Amino acid sequence: MKRVAIIGSGQTDHTGSRPDVTGAELIQEAVSRAFENTGLKRKDIDAVVIGNMDHFEGINGVELWSIDGNAGFLKPTIKLTTGGTTGSTLAIAGYHLVASGFFERLLVIGWEKNSESDTTGAITTAFDPVWDRMVFAGAVAGLAAEAMAYCHRYGATAKDAARVAARDRKNALNNPHAHLKKEITVEEVLRSPLISDPLRIWDMCPRTDGACAVIFAGEDAAEKLSSKPAWILATADRHPYTYACDVDFSSLHSLEQASREAYRMAGIKEPLKEIDAMELYLPYSYAGLSWIEALGLAKPGEGPKLVWDGATDMAGELPVNPSGGVISTNPIGATGLIRAAECALQISGKAGARQVPDVKIALSTGFGGCFWSDVLIYGQKKP
Amino acid sequence: MAKKNPNLIILSSGEAFQPFRYSVGVYGSRFFYELKENKKFFGVRCPVCRKVYVPPRPLCGPCYRLMDEWVEVGPLGTILSFTILRFAFIDPETGQKKPVPYGYGFIRLDGADTNLQHFLELPKNSAIAIGSRVRPVFQEPRQGNLKDIAYFEIVGG
Repeated sequence: MKRVAIIGSGQTDHTGSRPDVTGAELIQEAVSRAFENTGLKRKDIDAVVIGNMDHFEGINGVELWSIDGNAGFLKPTIKLTTGGTTGSTLAIAGYHLVASGFFERLLVIGWEKNSESDTTGAITTAFDPVWDRMVFAGAVAGLAAEAMAYCHRYGATAKDAARVAARDRKNALNNPHAHLKKEITVEEVLRSPLISDPLRIWDMCPRTDGACAVIFAGEDAAEKLSSKPAWILATADRHPYTYACDVDFSSLHSLEQASREAYRMAGIKEPLKEIDAMELYLPYSYAGLSWIEALGLAKPGEGPKLVWDGATDMAGELPVNPSGGVISTNPIGATGLIRAAECALQISGKAGARQVPDVKIALSTGFGGCFWSDVLIYGQKKP
Repeated sequence: MAKKNPNLIILSSGEAFQPFRYSVGVYGSRFFYELKENKKFFGVRCPVCRKVYVPPRPLCGPCYRLMDEWVEVGPLGTILSFTILRFAFIDPETGQKKPVPYGYGFIRLDGADTNLQHFLELPKNSAIAIGSRVRPVFQEPRQGNLKDIAYFEIVGG
């Protein structure tokens, strides 16, 4: 198995609606930026992996109709789609395909044009029509029920969650690619309209048009093409449920299990101390309390204390979401891949105003479907 | 900024609605038959982990074992968690906006280890809470699908 690194990436300037471009044109913007960033050309790429969730646009087969924009013309081109985890699945698959030795320089693309449909209606089509759809209401209602159960169990409050949203939105001010670039206070989150008890509008991620392209390279190419590649130390994923109604709400088991496997692979024993930055797929504020417990950063019920202590702020012990996270930017098929691109920028020291000083180890996650989780760990030092 | 450009054209798909025909399977069909004819709920028990699955299905995924022991569950249940949905969105089943607000519950029927997702009646005086006891209110006539339960209501609510 070959060692693999991310050597560069390109992102669009994510925003709520891009009526000036088609899907293929949006994809091409991110791909061009990844080529500019790495100095590579289309001819240097061995294969392309691309993904989104078809129902957001209602057009199947992006690997076909975006072939010019995705740079895959007459090259091996693979499409992947796993709902919310699409972007992190793309990153894990990118690692697998290069580690296998089949491809040396791989272009991985995640994208979505969420402005083209009703996001919640489209998400509903990913769920079982017999048992789940009648009452289902996309990501919002399932996550609201998760928040309700978490607060019931541990006494966490809306104010605790609002602190997470305020943190991520503040971080987004440093990211030129972020969609929502306006600071919000804890009080503004608490005053925003209730959408699904206990979630308010500013507790929830937006829907975004955007694309992200990342270049994965095998060991030889990585060291030749980049002075500071972000080496991939571990990948893991877990899928726990068949139906949305099977969820037990006691914890995000998939993230507990995937993170423990990834820590073991990367030799990490104390994640809070050993990891320098995290880009977490937190689609709503309460996840920033309970899912950091699932990651082992705090004991069950103690996530709020870690957040209020400032440990996850930019100047804290373990900055979470220097990019502004999913609460600031959410082009769904790209969202998990943006987390990978951002971790690689942190490792390479190229994250600009959102750079965390001296990041040696970074971790990203993906979330989707029936409470599925993906985890990737990146390192400055070659494994 | 491009989005302000009045010359940019957005093409609408109109009131697109594509009908599908979904197989419910032998296990799901038996559940809906009992619901329709007898107002009864049935799950299946795994011979290895003893977990009772509702909705019923042939296979226990974690044990990877076929299940054939049918167990009557409910009709009373407990709210595992819930929300009150307050924003309108397009229902892909109908192409229409879903009427809001509605109560949305994960209901653990007595004797089951997994849940049904269903509508909760929003009580006027008593609040819904995690752990509240609920009972089904049946639809007349019933068709053999999840809509045969109109909603669940709080017991004593």
